[in-house]
Amino acid sequence: MASFDFDRWSYRLVLGALGVMALTIMVAPVIIVLVVSFTADNAMRFPPSGFSWRWYEALLDTVQSSQIHRAALNTLQVGLWATAIGTALALLAGLALARRRGAGARSADTLFVTPLMLPQIAFALAALVFFSLIGFDAAKPAVIIGHIVVCVPLAYKTISASLSQLDPALLESSSSLGAGRFRTFRRITLPIILPGIAAGAFLLFMASKDNVAVSLFLSDARTNMLPIRMWQMMEGTLDVRVAAVSGLLIFATLVLMLAMERTVRISDRLR
Amino acid sequence: MGGSIAVPDAGRSGRMLLLAPMLLFFGAFFLAPLLLLVVVSFTNDQEMTVLGTAQFEKFLSDRFNWRVLFETLLLGAKVVACTTLLAFPIAILFVQAGPKLRRLLLMLILLPLLTSVVVRTFAWIVILAREGVVNSVLLSMGIIGAPLQLLHTEMGLIIALMQIELPLMLLPLVSVLSRMDPNLIAASQALGAGSWRTLRRVILPLSLPGYAAGVLLVFASATAAFVSQSVIGGGRLIYMPVFVYQQATTLFNWPFAAAISVILVIAISMVAVGVNQLGRTARGNIHG
Repeated sequence: MASFDFDRWSYRLVLGALGVMALTIMVAPVIIVLVVSFTADNAMRFPPSGFSWRWYEALLDTVQSSQIHRAALNTLQVGLWATAIGTALALLAGLALARRRGAGARSADTLFVTPLMLPQIAFALAALVFFSLIGFDAAKPAVIIGHIVVCVPLAYKTISASLSQLDPALLESSSSLGAGRFRTFRRITLPIILPGIAAGAFLLFMASKDNVAVSLFLSDARTNMLPIRMWQMMEGTLDVRVAAVSGLLIFATLVLMLAMERTVRISDRLR
Repeated sequence: MGGSIAVPDAGRSGRMLLLAPMLLFFGAFFLAPLLLLVVVSFTNDQEMTVLGTAQFEKFLSDRFNWRVLFETLLLGAKVVACTTLLAFPIAILFVQAGPKLRRLLLMLILLPLLTSVVVRTFAWIVILAREGVVNSVLLSMGIIGAPLQLLHTEMGLIIALMQIELPLMLLPLVSVLSRMDPNLIAASQALGAGSWRTLRRVILPLSLPGYAAGVLLVFASATAAFVSQSVIGGGRLIYMPVFVYQQATTLFNWPFAAAISVILVIAISMVAVGVNQLGRTARGNIHG
């Protein structure tokens, strides 16, 4: 029996140690950013020499950080528009294609998730060339359209997955009991897939607020977006306010993620 | 089951009506721009008036361009390899975990995934900089006498991308493993296989389809990781996405930028087809 024990214990020890190490590498950078954002130093240094709120204060200063504020506002605005339009498109398409197995339905299904695999820079360049050749020069609507294309697959996948779990017997009994199409949709389909729609909208918004490639090609000086602004701040002299912006983004992400986990079990919907 | 799921007897026209908005949107703003990109890549002059293959000839005739393409694909492969080393221990931990720990692990995977790539790239600047985490730890332990140059090196970029892309590898892997029948492990051990043998003969083979999906996602994302490549890689390391960006926005050479993009898409697609084929073979071996 001694050799059996060795097998079990070596397995637990080696894999437990490797697993904990890998988890540390995965999560530690997020925590390091939070720590550095409270530095009292003038430059980024680790470990910080002291604790202070100064970089958060500098970030909230409306004069000093007006460009960052404008970029954050643009990002929020674009994200909300993209989420509203993209979720509606994805929901309609998901309803149309649910349980369809024909060749046409399958190719539409593939088309709608293709942007996930395509290098975003290729689509961003294509959109830039396209919009300038047709003479469409409104930067913000162009950015919104671009964000919808590259982020909508996440919402479409999530909504389709929740539709595929819907029991068709429910719909048949609803209609055989005399309910019309829209009544069935409103009373049966919608309540069941609502968590899936919320999860899809959430993922679409999170992807839009982080997008770099499309924003970089389609936005102009007035519609500067937050990730681009942060990138510019990192490339230059490494402004410590980047740490404060990152700290706020991490905090907001954590709160939103926990809220979505409680309400719609977001972690079950990403597979 | 005649009609669509929403409306039991909507029929064909009702379905098309629901599908039309997304289809038109993708036609106008996804397919049309991509088609245009391909056309532009086949123009010879910067004003895009003369059709021809000059841009592709220009790309393929210069060794420097081949190097950039090769380095980009190699970067993707290296990041996939490093991510694999971290992903499997976590995935195996997930298999052995109970429901509560599984949920916690999923949240730990999700948090970095939902945190902006720019924020994660910034984290790695803090870690790899001259006065960063790694250097200050090594200096204080007396392992090195002077700070190491970690930023703006290929090694620094690969380490950073390994962490940045890790959630993309973990999600499909964990998803496949959470559907695995737990009785399989018990059966394997009841039949006398030890833990290591069970890992090698049961868990790893069953994880291969998820692993193949993860490889694809990580490869596509690492080769396209524009911000990380330029900020952590620095100006001396040039990869395809930065190449496209320079040609398009600082040199305004759209046809050449379009040709580089088309070549990048083709190269990534070829890798994807290859990995898919391997994934399918692996699945065939399990069930066949």
